[in-house]
Amino acid sequence: MLSRTADSLFWMARYTERAANLARGLGVAGRMASLSVALEDESAEWHGILTASGGEAGFLDKHPGVTPEAVVDWIVRDRDNPSSIFSCIAAARNNARTVRTALTVDMWGAINDTWNLLRRMTPAETSGEALAGFLEWVRERVLLCNGAATDTMLRDEAWRFVQIGTALERADNSARLLDVRHAMLSGSAATEYAQWQAVLASVSATRAYQWVYRDRLDPTRIAELIILRPELPRSLVASFARVKEQLDAISADQGGRRGECHRMAGELHARLAYGRIEAILEEGLHEFLTRVIEHTASLGQEIERFYIQVAEP
Amino acid sequence: MTAFDEMRDGAVAAATYAEIRAWIERTPLDALKRKSAEAELLFRRLGITFAVYGEGGDPERLIPFDIIPRLIAASEWKSLSAGLEQRVRALNAFMLDVYGEQRILKEGIVPSALVLENEAFQPAMMGFTPPGGIYTHISGIDMVRTGPDAFYVLEDNCRTPSGVSYMLENREAMLRLFPRLCARHRLAPVSRYPEHLLSTLKSVAPERAGLDPTVVVLTPGSYNSAYYEHCFLADEMGVEVVEGADLFVSDDDVVFMRTTRGPQRVDVIYRRIDDDFLDPEVFRKDSLVGVPGLMRAYKAGNVTLANAPGAGIADDKAIYPYVPDMVRFYLDEEPKLGNVPTYLCEREADRAEVLSNLDKLVVKLARGSGGYGMMIGPHADEAMRAEFARRIAEKPGDYIAQPTLALSTVPTVTDTGIAPRHVDLRPFILFGRNEISIVPGGLTRVALREGSLVVNSSQGGGTKDTWVLEDGPSRPHAPMGQAQSQTQTQEDSLGC
Repeated sequence: MLSRTADSLFWMARYTERAANLARGLGVAGRMASLSVALEDESAEWHGILTASGGEAGFLDKHPGVTPEAVVDWIVRDRDNPSSIFSCIAAARNNARTVRTALTVDMWGAINDTWNLLRRMTPAETSGEALAGFLEWVRERVLLCNGAATDTMLRDEAWRFVQIGTALERADNSARLLDVRHAMLSGSAATEYAQWQAVLASVSATRAYQWVYRDRLDPTRIAELIILRPELPRSLVASFARVKEQLDAISADQGGRRGECHRMAGELHARLAYGRIEAILEEGLHEFLTRVIEHTASLGQEIERFYIQVAEP
Repeated sequence: MTAFDEMRDGAVAAATYAEIRAWIERTPLDALKRKSAEAELLFRRLGITFAVYGEGGDPERLIPFDIIPRLIAASEWKSLSAGLEQRVRALNAFMLDVYGEQRILKEGIVPSALVLENEAFQPAMMGFTPPGGIYTHISGIDMVRTGPDAFYVLEDNCRTPSGVSYMLENREAMLRLFPRLCARHRLAPVSRYPEHLLSTLKSVAPERAGLDPTVVVLTPGSYNSAYYEHCFLADEMGVEVVEGADLFVSDDDVVFMRTTRGPQRVDVIYRRIDDDFLDPEVFRKDSLVGVPGLMRAYKAGNVTLANAPGAGIADDKAIYPYVPDMVRFYLDEEPKLGNVPTYLCEREADRAEVLSNLDKLVVKLARGSGGYGMMIGPHADEAMRAEFARRIAEKPGDYIAQPTLALSTVPTVTDTGIAPRHVDLRPFILFGRNEISIVPGGLTRVALREGSLVVNSSQGGGTKDTWVLEDGPSRPHAPMGQAQSQTQTQEDSLGC
């Protein structure tokens, strides 16, 4: 496959996944902020989602203060924010457009229709009372894109690069959402409980927690679920298992051709697969998650170095 | 000036269009408009767009599609395709000659300056023979019609003609929207074009490439107006569509593409990039879409370019008047297809004629395309004519003029009803090492505005499906299987 095609598929998948996770994170933040009676500091929520989305600096260049309206606009619509939902879907669609031939008609239809619907939406349709419904719609559209890929793509290299993009982005986003919630943990027991609920909601895992543990919310278990449990499809370990599995499959197809990215993916996965939550908490959750986020970024760069930036002989 | 109505004028027309005529007469306008909307949705969903950047509005436009097909009788097509084949052979011979011995220039049949000083002339090709002696692997010859037997060539496109994807998609759309109407005609199929294109390209691969050469389509990128077509053709042929940056040339003059498996050798490049941008080492140095060293690899015989660099010389409208002479000179045959009489403003006598008849003539840029920079005399106002008179006087070599032709019309769905609209036809000719193949029909472009003669898609033109009918009776399908006795098969109002 052309390196550029692999690159576009990888980033198409990353941007669609990011859009959905922003929608999850923002939805939860909005809910939490509206429960502000129970919270000490409403603006912490909005700061939190800004931090998680990694665009805090850009936001502060443009806006004097952190208001709910400004944050929502920045994360949903602002094209100056390369990671806004609009920017992500536009970038995903542009990547899809340049590799039309590597996509199925259904995948192209899902992503192209999403962009065509999104770009016509007015600010009134994506904020205020309409915000929750809009964020739900974004999640659904991304589920449709993923479903179209799962149900219609040949299991060839194109599929594998899409999978790697989705899983890598998901690992990064789950780690960020957990980290930012963790940082907000302070104060009364009631607030804390709401925060832990929010952590689960932001990775769509509220029900999953109940099914796995059948018990009241417990911080250690929540961290374990999101970091170490392979059953949860949005957990870090499940995401890295997918990355590793798909990289190994590409390598097998290419007669065992391997590079640093394969080693790194294996190491990252093994650390999680054989990790213990007690040890992670002892090290410090924030320190651990920061390291995971950094390693995810390096792994992405290694994958690009090996498959995308083909050197001239 | 009354135009030839392809559906109504003459016996051949009446027989050819009998079914279509009955269909549009029994179908209410509302129903046709509904089908038109359905067609638009289909095209939009498939992402079949034509990008026009820098003019505001939606940068990804649909070319309007008209659902009433344009028909050509078997006998008409037979003589048309024979003429096209002859013309392309002559054009190819001309290119081999002007980059070789230049006999036609030495014998004074075509003025030397017209060729040698032309910006489309590529001195880099002098003394080099492309593989198989083929310059113009893919050409699109624009035809217009003014009467029952009067087909004329309007222009030759040997550089990088586009539009063939619309020909294929239009047929797909018609088969989906009107399966029964299609079945009532014996339609010559068009769907094998990609297969023919691939075998044409493979036939000119360098010898060492063996039996299964690697073919790619080279596109300037997703902002090019024909990007959709580049992807479509690559997809249909099962080959990669590459951009300049995906390719590189090694020190020993071999072309590779960058793949996830590492560098992979490339044998044939169907390039949809103009000559000027192909290789910054030889042509324009500021080209960002080309491949440095490509011409080195080409001349070393390690890769084949289709069409060959320099093929654009035949697209020049000042060269066009000489094509019938080329047919006589190279093939020793009489041309089967006529040209539209053309005045070269560069010639003093022609220029005088043009300037005193500006209200009757169409004036065009000799090197323009896309319907830009042209003036249709009878439709222009005084100021416009004065402007063109000034431009012609200033740069006579840049302009040609032709009589305003009464282009034939085909019925077309408009807001207010079905009405005749002017059309042209671009058939696509494939020239391989062993054969010339022409898919029956081509792209019919239609000027949607009433009275307009400009069919270019960049100027608000639309397209129609082109149906070449095969000889023999039509084949109405028998109903599938057996039907319940009391339910009568009933044709719906659309007859589709």
